Amino acid sequence: MELLNVDNITMKFGGLTAVGNFKLKIVPGELIGLIGPNGAGKTTVFNMITGIYTPTINKIYFQDRDITGIKPDKIAKVGIARTFQNIRLLENLTVIDNVMIGFHLHLKSNLASAILKFPNYVREEESIYRKSMELLEKVELEKYELEKAGSLPYGHQRKLEIIRALATGPKLLLLDEPAAGMNPQETKDLMSFIQKIQNDFELTILLIEHDMKVVMGICRRILVMDYGITIAEGNPAEIQNNPEVIKAYLGVDVNYA
Amino acid sequence: MKKQNEKIFTILALIVLGILVYLAESNLDPYKLRILNLGAIYVTLGVSLNLIYGFTGQFSLGHAGFMAIGAYVTSLLVLPAYYKEMIFILEPLVWPFTVMHTPFIIALLLSGLFAAIAALLIGLPVLRLKGDYLGIATLGFAEIIRIIANNIPQITNGALGIKGIPEFTNLWWTAGVAIVTIYIIKGLIHSSYGRALMAIRENEIAAEVIGVNLTYHKVMSFTISAFFAGVAGGLFACLLTTIDPKAFMFVMTFNILIVVVLGGLGSITGTVLAAFLFNFSLEYLRPIEAGFNIGPIIIPAIPGLRMVSFSALLLIVILYKQNGLMGGIEFSWKGLARFIRKIFPNKKSSEGSSI
Amino acid sequence: MSLHLVLQNLANGLSLGSLYALIAIGYTMVYGILRLINFAHGEIFMLAPYFLFYGVLIFHLPWWTSIIAAIALTAVTGMLSERIAYRPLRDAPRISVLISAIGVSFFLQNLAIVIFTGIPKSVHRPAFFKRLFQFGEIRIQSTLFASVIVSTIFLTLLIYIVYKTKTGLAMRSISTDIETSRLMAVDVDKTISITFAIGSALAAVGGILWGLRFPQLFPLMGMMPGLKAFIAAVVGGIGNIPGAMLGGLLLGMSEILFVAFLPALSGYRDAFIFAILILILLLKPDGILGKNVQEKV
Repeated sequence: MELLNVDNITMKFGGLTAVGNFKLKIVPGELIGLIGPNGAGKTTVFNMITGIYTPTINKIYFQDRDITGIKPDKIAKVGIARTFQNIRLLENLTVIDNVMIGFHLHLKSNLASAILKFPNYVREEESIYRKSMELLEKVELEKYELEKAGSLPYGHQRKLEIIRALATGPKLLLLDEPAAGMNPQETKDLMSFIQKIQNDFELTILLIEHDMKVVMGICRRILVMDYGITIAEGNPAEIQNNPEVIKAYLGVDVNYA
Repeated sequence: MKKQNEKIFTILALIVLGILVYLAESNLDPYKLRILNLGAIYVTLGVSLNLIYGFTGQFSLGHAGFMAIGAYVTSLLVLPAYYKEMIFILEPLVWPFTVMHTPFIIALLLSGLFAAIAALLIGLPVLRLKGDYLGIATLGFAEIIRIIANNIPQITNGALGIKGIPEFTNLWWTAGVAIVTIYIIKGLIHSSYGRALMAIRENEIAAEVIGVNLTYHKVMSFTISAFFAGVAGGLFACLLTTIDPKAFMFVMTFNILIVVVLGGLGSITGTVLAAFLFNFSLEYLRPIEAGFNIGPIIIPAIPGLRMVSFSALLLIVILYKQNGLMGGIEFSWKGLARFIRKIFPNKKSSEGSSI
Repeated sequence: MSLHLVLQNLANGLSLGSLYALIAIGYTMVYGILRLINFAHGEIFMLAPYFLFYGVLIFHLPWWTSIIAAIALTAVTGMLSERIAYRPLRDAPRISVLISAIGVSFFLQNLAIVIFTGIPKSVHRPAFFKRLFQFGEIRIQSTLFASVIVSTIFLTLLIYIVYKTKTGLAMRSISTDIETSRLMAVDVDKTISITFAIGSALAAVGGILWGLRFPQLFPLMGMMPGLKAFIAAVVGGIGNIPGAMLGGLLLGMSEILFVAFLPALSGYRDAFIFAILILILLLKPDGILGKNVQEKV
């Protein structure tokens, strides 16, 4: 059974087709790369899967359930989490609050017990705090617990955003250019971090990335998009030798080569 | 500082406040008491506006409308029946308002409830709007509420307003309500729900993707905020003893907004300070327009001069304190302890380890 | 309703609408450039007819000189308010500037009470403005003609300035991106001053016509027309000049026609205006002519 089934969706903005006939089936445990030049429609695909946009045509299924047109918070609840290309942290809140907020959607205590600090809420809050600290420790950010998230260095912010996504307890994690702005060493660490969280949390991951080392290094299946359509799909070796892909990236026809 | 100690300090502070209220009630003249009462009512109004605007980031300019609802509900519930017959001259008051009568506390709670119901009905469609658009739409609703009050004399006595409302409001009530408001709104802010509200303020899209239900949380915050505005409206009516629709024009909302912004958005401490400063300065400027002498020069009484000086003062404060008096910082016993230690550094510093 | 009554009401609506349009311009231009709801604009509007009144009554100036002086003085007041209360806050949080605008509004209102007293003053209109024109059964006040003609002239002039002159180009460029405009050597401070001067002058024209049409002056007279003109700007699409004109006309018409067709509900006329505002905001939040800007994710 597939975890996610994106069934031939199309997204149009006015007359412009941002994504056309996009198909993707993901089975649990996969780590898939989604690549393509700027403006190819990769982030639009993410936005449709996470409910920020509703596809103009056709549907998206998650665990055989139709999630098309459902609001982003409901999609988070069924188990899809994401990060953003331009990091979206809650900048004026503390680092720990940024993680703890991820647990809010599973909160069992009602509003009154939260306001009046009934024992059931206090217990739940404490457990959320503990789990958040554990997550922070995984990325070695625990010492920044009470700093403002916006004051962290860029690389730390990326990691914080990833563990905030993990806090929501996802089955499917969408990472939008996690290596952007990182130096080679940070990128290497990130690669092993992604593999580690995939194992530890039994995640399925869909990854948008421009850094080919990352994609080729950790993804066993790669999708290539250009001008809103999928132009190639395969394992890293197949993608590297696909003439369409080379054409899309280099802008030249390489048939003669 | 240990949590246990903080609790003890808070209880001590409340006892001290109780003694102060007792002393004020038994010693101060009605005029001074009225200023203190207004200050405390503004605390409730300001803290509740801070919840929706300062903490949730939703620019709401509807507070005067919710106050109006509260003020009318309380008035109709506490006015004696024979008095209702007397003052409704335009058109007689309609049943069931003629016979309804409740104790003050029930009237206040119902005031809050009705304001909250109005907020729920208004908030569901309107809270989809963002920024200034939301502000102007909520202002529009508040004005509509006021205009309706003006046009249903069989319930509100129209533009004539309601007079002779029993003067139930005293410092016990106003300070008590202010403290309950602070307690509940602080409790909300420092909870998972409060984090969700602040997440919405910080980044709506991020909040939604992390699983925060925008509509539920915005409407919840708006409704709770309106509840306290309604209760404050009830206190207001029983303090002034007379209300009419004009009292709840958008200028009233502006006054509350000024208190919140001057105190520092997202700071309850700042709101409390600003609420009292606002009302004190309005009153202490009163002699200015009463006419006075500077040596041989006689300044005659000039009506309006007080408000001119007040608005000039307001402009000066906002020009020099652009982030408000507290700049978003909150009072805490820890902070106070740190502050005292800074002033008296020679105290035993080993105690500081618990901080 | 008979045809002549409909025409009569349309004429009244047109005249009220053109006044709203004149005031709305100032709101929309300032919002377009500073993203500021200039709550003091209604008070600027109120000052102009007072200036006119005092020019004629106390300084015994002829009407036309007095009108020009009143417009100039109002424009200067508008510029001064920006210079003193808004410019120092250019890098401050937007809400602080809004509070400052509310402060200016309170200040001008109460200054008017101090100087002009709170007692309503009636305006002595020159004979021309008292005349009534009769077209069949329709009677039209000369001020109605005046408001439509004068506002058409001034609005045309405004369109010319904004779309055909260098100053207008600077204004439009600042409203798109203030920082980039600065890099392009646009004199931002000067352009903003000019914007306030133009907006205030138009409000002054509106205020004077208002004073001639409803000849009673009081310091709080700017509040409601100011708020409604702001609503007109929002309804038309805030930041958009043709939108403000359209919004003004629409609101003026709706107000008059609402009272004409539903006289029993005339007490709700302002509520009707607010209901239109809320409806437009819910259906098309950026106003009738506004551009729909979506946040990029």
